[in-house]
Amino acid sequence: MSTRLATGGRLLNRGAAYSFSFNGASFRGYEGDTLASALLANDQLLMGRSFKYHRPRGPVASGAEEPNALVGLGEGATFEPNQRATTTELFDGLKARSQNHWPSLDFDVGVVNNSLSRFLPAGFYYKTFIAPRPFWKHLYEPIIRHSAGLGAAPKDLDEDRYEHFYAFCDVLVIGGGIAGLTAALAAGEAGARVILMEQTSHWGGRTPVDGGTIGGVAAQAHIDALVSKLEALPNVTMRLRCMGSGVYDHGYALGYERLTDHAPRNIGPRHRLWRIRAARIVTATGAIERPLAFAGNDVPGVMLASALRDYVVNYAVSPGDRVVVVTNNDDAYRTALAVKAAGLTVPAIIDARPNGGGVLAAEAEAAGISVRKGMGIAKVEGGKRVTGAAICAQAGEGAVLETIPCDAIAMSGGWSPVVHLWSHCGGKLLWDDATAMFRPDPARPPLGADGQGYVLTAGSASGPMGLAEVLADAVEVGAQAVTGAGFTAAAGDVLPVDIAAESALEPVWMMPQGAEYKLRAKAWLDFQNDVKVSDVQLAAREGYESVEHTKRYTTLGMATDQGKLSNINGLAVLSQALNAPIPQVGTTTFRPPYTPISFGAIAGAARGDVFQPLRRTPIHEWLDSHGADWEPVGQWRRPFCFPKAGESRHAAVDREVKATRASLGLLDASTLGKILVKGPDAGRFMDMLYTNMMSTLKPGRCRYGLMCNENGFLMDDGVVVRLDEDTFLCHTTTGGAEHIHAHMEEWLQTEWWDWKVYTANVTEQYAQIAVVGPKARKLLEKLGGQGVSGEDFPFMTMKDLTLGGIAVRAFRISFSGELSYEIAVPASKGLALWEAIWDAGQEFGITPYGTEALHVLRAEKGFIMIGDETDGTVIPQDLGLHWAISKKKEDYIGKRAQARSFMDNPNRWSLVGLETVDGSVLPEGALAVAEGDNANGQRNTQGRVTSTYHSPTLGRGIAMGLVLHGPDRMGEVLDFADGKGGFIKAKIVDQVFFDKDGDKQNV
Amino acid sequence: MLILTCPHCGVTAEETEFHAGGEAHLKRYGPGSSDADFEDYMFNRVNPKGVHFERWRHVYGCGKWFHAARCTATLEVFGTYPAQTHQPPEALLDIIRQKRPGWSWRDFS
Repeated sequence: MSTRLATGGRLLNRGAAYSFSFNGASFRGYEGDTLASALLANDQLLMGRSFKYHRPRGPVASGAEEPNALVGLGEGATFEPNQRATTTELFDGLKARSQNHWPSLDFDVGVVNNSLSRFLPAGFYYKTFIAPRPFWKHLYEPIIRHSAGLGAAPKDLDEDRYEHFYAFCDVLVIGGGIAGLTAALAAGEAGARVILMEQTSHWGGRTPVDGGTIGGVAAQAHIDALVSKLEALPNVTMRLRCMGSGVYDHGYALGYERLTDHAPRNIGPRHRLWRIRAARIVTATGAIERPLAFAGNDVPGVMLASALRDYVVNYAVSPGDRVVVVTNNDDAYRTALAVKAAGLTVPAIIDARPNGGGVLAAEAEAAGISVRKGMGIAKVEGGKRVTGAAICAQAGEGAVLETIPCDAIAMSGGWSPVVHLWSHCGGKLLWDDATAMFRPDPARPPLGADGQGYVLTAGSASGPMGLAEVLADAVEVGAQAVTGAGFTAAAGDVLPVDIAAESALEPVWMMPQGAEYKLRAKAWLDFQNDVKVSDVQLAAREGYESVEHTKRYTTLGMATDQGKLSNINGLAVLSQALNAPIPQVGTTTFRPPYTPISFGAIAGAARGDVFQPLRRTPIHEWLDSHGADWEPVGQWRRPFCFPKAGESRHAAVDREVKATRASLGLLDASTLGKILVKGPDAGRFMDMLYTNMMSTLKPGRCRYGLMCNENGFLMDDGVVVRLDEDTFLCHTTTGGAEHIHAHMEEWLQTEWWDWKVYTANVTEQYAQIAVVGPKARKLLEKLGGQGVSGEDFPFMTMKDLTLGGIAVRAFRISFSGELSYEIAVPASKGLALWEAIWDAGQEFGITPYGTEALHVLRAEKGFIMIGDETDGTVIPQDLGLHWAISKKKEDYIGKRAQARSFMDNPNRWSLVGLETVDGSVLPEGALAVAEGDNANGQRNTQGRVTSTYHSPTLGRGIAMGLVLHGPDRMGEVLDFADGKGGFIKAKIVDQVFFDKDGDKQNV
Repeated sequence: MLILTCPHCGVTAEETEFHAGGEAHLKRYGPGSSDADFEDYMFNRVNPKGVHFERWRHVYGCGKWFHAARCTATLEVFGTYPAQTHQPPEALLDIIRQKRPGWSWRDFS
């Protein structure tokens, strides 16, 4: 069993005992524990179940690379799945539960998969769940969704706060181990702004665990001194619990700081995302130990040698009385010595190298540990816990020579540098045969805007090496980084180091090297996704030659750990199976984040009300207090309608339309785009922007205009007013203001930059109020408007007026077919004018109306709406708007495109009105069917509905639509699919449903 | 996320402050042009691995359009210059010749 040792534990504070729960049971731990070390100290070795076979799993690592010990943390609004127990700091009251099992961690029904595992090979899902097709939706998918997946999604709204920090520095150092501290000090002492971040809660990495002296003092003392020196530098920012999440283009990096995960009672945000621009980035991210692939290497109790050493040294956890060490290198001997030093037994060190190790091996043998050279583990004994190791010759096929009873196995297949951050933005790797690893190629770093490399690696991240080399590398890289950032580095001295030298490792990708199938099918490469040696070999036999394809096919290296332990072993097995050298097989792509980061951190403060800016007109508050039922229109909010108490939306819209047609309606039109085009060449420019001839417009007159893009498609419409000889005011749609202004600027700046024209988007500078209906003129007169008779202020003109004491600019234009004025005032006067109109209009029963009534009013008149009648594929000619396209102009934006054969085709669908035979309302977007089927067996179509409403004025459904040869087919009845299998008959009619001659508007 | 320098206002800023506008130095073909010329102008773009000339707008800054000469493979930025021109500045072409001997892009080399 695993338990707490009576003494030791360099990270523990035995003075602070914490209680916590796991799957409802109560346990005790200490400050400084991780959840994993505290569970191990309580003999809770089983921490999770694997993804595919639901095999029992314990922790295999002690840090960020952990694939197995994933738990759900917290409850309700603080619940979070898939948290690594090895990186979760213990706090008093922590609540955790295990995942991926049913009904319990100890007894999992899903483990039946286990005995069927030979029927679940690589690509199982792709091979099995293909036919018959309907089974996918109703049978396969529900079963897979139920039994697969890691953890459960939180159901409650996250109650924590998150924030973003923006930071700039000369040198960003990621990793606070001995190399990161050393490099940061070199940069900091040169005067550079340095940010140093470390993902764990303590500085120094694993150097103190491995021992040795630096400059004559113990590693920990040296680290403490380094930290003190750095803390004394005002130009150095140091963050613990802050992971370098990703490196991006041109020196951009993300840091993920966990502020209260370890202390949830602290005030403040839970996570902070650091958005950093650095001139140089030093990744001192260390190295990760590789597992060995032998049968049963996933049985709880089998751990990485370094992890087992961490548990003993850092947390005073005994993983079991008897620990067998299996290795292909010298470093794992340190684990044997540490275990021995803790008073536990090491029955044997199984060294796959025929000649064994060097100094450390001699030390182990001197300590009385039996070293078996040229041996391997054929098979691990035990189910939910290791009970023994069956050993064999590494050179053989797995014939068992002896079974050694034991409680834990420490394995080491060598070390791989953490190259993730180096690789995120294009840093290249090279394969080092001598050390059997991919390491960064310093000659091919990611490049910055200036073409210089901006990422450097320091220490083990450059390629694992001894402490002396790590220190020398860190001093040099720190100096390089700070020099690259424009500073002068002081000559750094490298302190002398005393630590046992290591002899060379020998690559072992499978144990034993000739393992028979039965063993390979139990030799795990990827613990999280249950990928075994036999799966990768099968993929290779089935033709998966690319490592990227093999990853997707076998799921090797997928999910939350992204193959931190499995990738190198997996591709080594693949390369052997393909009989190709490892560098030729290559690696999969490293992508950020290094380990999963919370969605909350990504969102930061951008949640709820501050998710995006909300634009309000000057009249917004008034509308809100008068019952506006809001709808979003871009970032604006506009009233959809103004329902009275107990009134439905539909009834409100009907009432608003009728009141406007009968007497007087009032609309806040302030959101409409207003763009000024001014200058000696303004007329010439307007002629290019609009399909109409705008240069001939007289000052004080208005003209409806159409704007196309260079592709010929209609993009916006609106009324243009010529304010004076060289000034035009262009009204755009509400959603179009910004992009139409950008469109104008693009053409002005990039095509006609010698034309003398300025544009200005003045949308928010003016409030605009539409006064609409037969009583509109009376209202203007009542407010003191002079010269507003039909003769003095005719349709499609502009006039400066004073209304209720406020100077206004009035346009007599109409989007409703009624007598109508749109009145513009500076935004600051908008509310005053609105209230003056409101008060004066009471005697006419003035009725505020919303966007839906606006739509109905325009549809009854057959006016098009951008976004309804147009969808980016419609040209003005489709809409019967030939009258608005100048024949005299040589050119306008879109004219050449409209001459292309497809645009000129008489079979393009054209706009008509549609009237249902039974008076009902056609569904939006309904298609008119034609005879026959197309190649896909679908009905042919001959038209579609673009706008459809109930017309309160006519008491029936009205619609507009685009129909094949529509204008030539007046009176014909078409069948429109109702979306439920039936059809609705509608007659093709003129699109102007109401007041065809314009009598109401032209008074 | 790239860093670019706006040649109009001189600000060096993050990519999110700019808006990309596709290939630079296109010649507009209007009414009367052949179908082939118009198709080239409207639709056909180069997609080089290496030196490329692009349009950018400093949209959340001064609002001005400019061109950037950039390596699409390494993301190195050779330089930026105002969009009000039909060809890149000679000094910039010299820089590219020096850094990428033998390069060519459309009519430039």
